[in-house]
Amino acid sequence: MKFAIQVNEGPYQHQASDSAYQFTKAALEKGHECFRVFFYHDGVLNGTRLTTPPQDDRNIVNNWVELAEKYDLDLVVCVAAAQRRGIVDEGEAERNGKDATNIAPRFRISGLGQLIEAAIQCDKLVVFGD
Amino acid sequence: MSDLHTVNKSPFEKNSLDTCLRLSKAGSSILLYEDGVYAALAGTSASEKITGALADRKVYVLEPDFRARGLKADRLIEGVEMVDYAGFVDLVDACSKVQAWV
Amino acid sequence: MSDKKQFMFLNRRAPYGTIYAWESLEVVLIAAAFEQAVSLAFIDDGVYQLVTGQDTTGIGMKNFSPTYKTLGDYEVRHMYVDKDSLEARGLSVDDLVVVPWEDWETEETVDNIVEVVDSAKLAELLEESDVVFSF
Repeated sequence: MKFAIQVNEGPYQHQASDSAYQFTKAALEKGHECFRVFFYHDGVLNGTRLTTPPQDDRNIVNNWVELAEKYDLDLVVCVAAAQRRGIVDEGEAERNGKDATNIAPRFRISGLGQLIEAAIQCDKLVVFGD
Repeated sequence: MSDLHTVNKSPFEKNSLDTCLRLSKAGSSILLYEDGVYAALAGTSASEKITGALADRKVYVLEPDFRARGLKADRLIEGVEMVDYAGFVDLVDACSKVQAWV
Repeated sequence: MSDKKQFMFLNRRAPYGTIYAWESLEVVLIAAAFEQAVSLAFIDDGVYQLVTGQDTTGIGMKNFSPTYKTLGDYEVRHMYVDKDSLEARGLSVDDLVVVPWEDWETEETVDNIVEVVDSAKLAELLEESDVVFSF
């Protein structure tokens, strides 16, 4: 089975990112394919490498990164939502004249078409939000 | 195959469960997770909604969320089934599509 | 690529209080380019998105409501409004935008693709969809 995952909320404020991570991990461990995780709305905040939770708390961003490294997971941050919320990669920094980048490794910034494409390509779309 | 509906909101805070129950068809499945798990408890003002739904739909509750909130299995409405994340994945695998009532 | 899929966009939130309505609309506009069958459903506070006469000049936010009127040009064929939600809010179809639709090839026209449907019909439509997007 081929899954697409959509995450609508940022980490920590809502449980949505944790739920999406646990679901994606369980699906991968069961041998399913997770074609793409698409981060939208405040969900794009899952993709900043500057996240620094206290040591006794889970690091949601790193959790995604480690999962992506282990399973070659495609983590896509919506460009329009990212621009509004200050999630920047090198390309975006150059285009918009910003002096820094903060995108986490293994995440990439791309368009909303990536969500639509995932919904077309996959058997199931699973949405996690508020 | 029928649809899987997911509800992650407390029935005491939002109307997501009400809308889900109103717009889900007989034969479909409902998964309560995150704060949605509070709807799975017997003896609350929301219990009847779930017992009513059980007449023609299957209702599941995500055990990790249920346990995290200190809820006791002996308070679970009879007929509601516990699943873990692997079970959540199986439900998605088995359904025709997911309707998320976020 | 598989055949055309039936996409249903679920809108259950009021505009302005949160960004969900606006960013959901942005997805709908992009979906048009993928030549899928796109429908929208407005349920619960989502029906407030379609109310006419929105004026955001006093809150410094963009009034995105005129965009709904153009959705017919973006390959959106159906905009379903939940009857129960509408009535619970003291609204009727007269309070909502009118969205015309035209097929450029066949010149078939529809005066208004906004349609009020009851729970049974809406449940049917949701079940018939291939993918449901929630925001």
